[in-house]
Amino acid sequence: MSAPTTTRPDERTVHGRRARRTAESASIGWKLLLLKITVLGLLNAVSVYAAMVLFFNERWIIGTLVVVSGAILTWIYLQRGALPAKYLAPGVVFLLIFQVFVILYSGYVAFTNYGTGHNSTKDHAIHAIMLQTQDRVPDSPTYPLTVVESSDELGFAVTTEDGEILIGSADAPLEAVEGAVVEDGRVVQVPDHQVLSFADLVERQQELTTLAVPLSDDPNAGALRTQDGQRAYVYTSRFVYDESSDTMTNTQTGQTYTDGGEGAFVTEAGEELMPGWRVNVGLENFVRAITEESIRGPLLYVTTWTFAFAFLSVASTFILGLFLAIVFNDPRMKSRKYYRLVMILPYAFPGFLSALVWAGMMNQEFGFINNVLFGGAAIPWLSDPWLAKLSILIVNLWLGFPYMFLVCTGALQSIPEELTEAAQMDGARPFQAFRQIKFPLLLVSIAPLLISSFAFNFNNFNLVYMLTGGGPRDIEAGINVGSTDILISMVYKVAFVGSQSDYGLASAFSILIFFIVGTISVIAFRRTRALEELN
Amino acid sequence: MTVNTRGITRLTALLGLGAFALTACGSGGDSAEQGSGESAETEAAETTEEESSQSESGDAAASGSLTIWADANRAEVLNEVASDFESDTGIAVEIVQQDFEEIRDQFVSQVPTGEGPDIAVGAHDWLGVLVNNGVVAPVELGDAAGDFEEIAVDAWTYEGQTYGLPYSIENIALLRNTELAPEAPADFDEMIQMGEEAGTEYPFLVGLDPNESDPYHLYPFQTSFGAPVFGTAEDGSYDSSQLAMADAGGEEFAGWLAEQGEAGVLNLNIDGDLAQESFNDGNSPFFLTGPWNVDGAREAGIDVAVDPIPAAGDQDAQPFAGVQGFFLSAQSENVVAASNFLINYVGTAEVQTALYETGGRAPALTESFEQALSEDEIVAGFGEVGAEAVPMPAIPEMGAVWDDWGSSQAAIIKGDGDPVELWQKMSEDISSAID
Repeated sequence: MSAPTTTRPDERTVHGRRARRTAESASIGWKLLLLKITVLGLLNAVSVYAAMVLFFNERWIIGTLVVVSGAILTWIYLQRGALPAKYLAPGVVFLLIFQVFVILYSGYVAFTNYGTGHNSTKDHAIHAIMLQTQDRVPDSPTYPLTVVESSDELGFAVTTEDGEILIGSADAPLEAVEGAVVEDGRVVQVPDHQVLSFADLVERQQELTTLAVPLSDDPNAGALRTQDGQRAYVYTSRFVYDESSDTMTNTQTGQTYTDGGEGAFVTEAGEELMPGWRVNVGLENFVRAITEESIRGPLLYVTTWTFAFAFLSVASTFILGLFLAIVFNDPRMKSRKYYRLVMILPYAFPGFLSALVWAGMMNQEFGFINNVLFGGAAIPWLSDPWLAKLSILIVNLWLGFPYMFLVCTGALQSIPEELTEAAQMDGARPFQAFRQIKFPLLLVSIAPLLISSFAFNFNNFNLVYMLTGGGPRDIEAGINVGSTDILISMVYKVAFVGSQSDYGLASAFSILIFFIVGTISVIAFRRTRALEELN
Repeated sequence: MTVNTRGITRLTALLGLGAFALTACGSGGDSAEQGSGESAETEAAETTEEESSQSESGDAAASGSLTIWADANRAEVLNEVASDFESDTGIAVEIVQQDFEEIRDQFVSQVPTGEGPDIAVGAHDWLGVLVNNGVVAPVELGDAAGDFEEIAVDAWTYEGQTYGLPYSIENIALLRNTELAPEAPADFDEMIQMGEEAGTEYPFLVGLDPNESDPYHLYPFQTSFGAPVFGTAEDGSYDSSQLAMADAGGEEFAGWLAEQGEAGVLNLNIDGDLAQESFNDGNSPFFLTGPWNVDGAREAGIDVAVDPIPAAGDQDAQPFAGVQGFFLSAQSENVVAASNFLINYVGTAEVQTALYETGGRAPALTESFEQALSEDEIVAGFGEVGAEAVPMPAIPEMGAVWDDWGSSQAAIIKGDGDPVELWQKMSEDISSAID
């Protein structure tokens, strides 16, 4: 019975400690809770507002997504426990927005004809065609216009040059009206009609700008239309859209355009009416990229050069970086610290800036290289196809070796000196010791970096864009591709350069590039596992 | 106890959430029309003005609002016009500042999503792309068309429709250092002779690119050989189906290019920046360029005059004119308000002159144009050359034309092969790209 009495003080202290802890955590919990409520409240407010705007604009899918993700996030953070979910959620959200969505969207674009001329929906295209083909009748007069309303229907009251007053609406052609009051050549009052003020016009501008008042019973005489509600002009419409048969008819030539299923109205002869709209084209972009002669030729050429460029860049920067690392790792070398500092200087400048500076230095006539280093020789560094390739490699060597130098220095210093000493004891010469012992060990840690460096150079858009812009252009080639263009800069040209863009084709290209880089990386990383067995 | 506190925290959490949601929605509703952050300040200022004007003239209050995309220079002037428009009509105008170069592509991609503006500022040679994408609506200038310089309205006319309200005309002309060359040259050869007599490093300067040359700057020389890029249709507009520069005049021009390249008069290694620097250093009496380089030359202490471009062939040297203007979105829901704003406000002499004063380009409205000509001899010089200029073609295929055109000219100037053969090859490529 003594045991319980002895344990009682202990129990008390345990109780006391627990109570203190609870009190502490409660006070922290109170602050945390307030923060939690604030943040979650803001999040919910934003998502509710966003969802309202989206639903208002009839964006049902995105609106629903916003509501659902907002609800899920709230649920996660209001729960007790579920700590992993709480840590993961923000990351997952950003991943979805900035990575998954972008990938899915460009994947989707690759299967459409999105580009110049196929930019929007069919409704928009029809609307634009109707707008663009309203022709003002040549030399037709300007009619000072007053917009009137009678029994909820808008009408036009105009004065002609002869001082006649005419009135009409969409269903009633213009006819003379008696008893209207005119001030300064403009009708201000009409019997049985209400004259609309400017504010009323703005209120009903949609209705007003689509209103066409026929001049007479003959539809070919044209109709009065207005854009600003103050002046009306006689227009004839070149195209008529028939909703039931989904066709456009040219009223002047009588030609009929039907929806060919490829995102545009076409005649039987295959003549397209622009603008068209965006449709799904299946694998057509991929098929074009691979089979169309004018694209396939340059694509093959560019792919070859892209591989060569990426490989040579990695090889040259690695060799130079490794060489310098070995030299500056030698204890006999004095003031190594300062040399190392100088060596990584190119790394400190933004790459695109360096590329621009190099482009200036490589100017054939005024550049530093030709003028100073080659004593005024006119070497066409950037305008000869082969020299331009060489220039790109030289500049990339300059930009890339500090990275390799740093990496190799780090790796070399982690290899114990004893290994070299042991090898020398066994009678190996220094080079032999390096080649057979240090280098393989170095490769174990460097190989993954070499692969990622290859992938980086494969898509090294900045350098190409800033130094040569892909040029010099091959004037024999059918499309705008230069001799230093790599795949990514070619994609850029297809999608954005010039005024004819083809986002669909460009997306298809970028998907192809993704698969190429992905495949290389997978194969190469598998191979590097073999190296790791050395350890 | 514990159960109770938990229940209370839950409850407060929910209440808090609700309160936050409500307040945020309340304030969110107001900011809904404000759009981008850049314009928020101007918007706020304008909203108050709008409110006061509404209270003054009760019935003028109209619903609807206009969104305008403009670059920094234009936005400044438009802000003033917008507040006039607001106080007259009660329609709120929001001016969103955009980078000029970005406007075309942004407009093409934003209009279909419903996020685009009602009006945007732009250059006439974007028209082909905008029309083919179905994002612009015609603007009926009506009788007002006659008040503008002819070239300005022609430039904004595409396939028979006028798509914008022009405000300025921009073109290149010959800048002359009056100290080195007191007289204007009559033709190209005379200019080179005068340049050589001046004893400067270069007889004549024009900015070129080693790989792309510069067809825009060399175009006046090409037209002087009677080789315009396209033929002309009956109504005076370009007929893109006839590539006129493929004719004999073009081949003659190609021969001339090769000669000038060999003589070193046309130097592909002198780009625009180098050319400007050399001219500002007094290394050449002549510089073929646009109004954008005049201020720099004056600041460098050069006394400049603006002359017509001397012809190399036996016809007039006509440069391209770029006409800037305001265009209307095809998806605009405020067409009446927008066209009123354009025609009755932006189209007035007062505004056109104000736009000219901030932009330094000759105005498009004849009244303002003549006023500018009488006030400033530099603008007058460019304006007179511009009056004889031809609008830059606006067809969307022009992208392909520039590419082939530039790289072939570069090859000819460099002497990479027979000029006539290179020219013919280029013409074939361009013809097949356009079809």
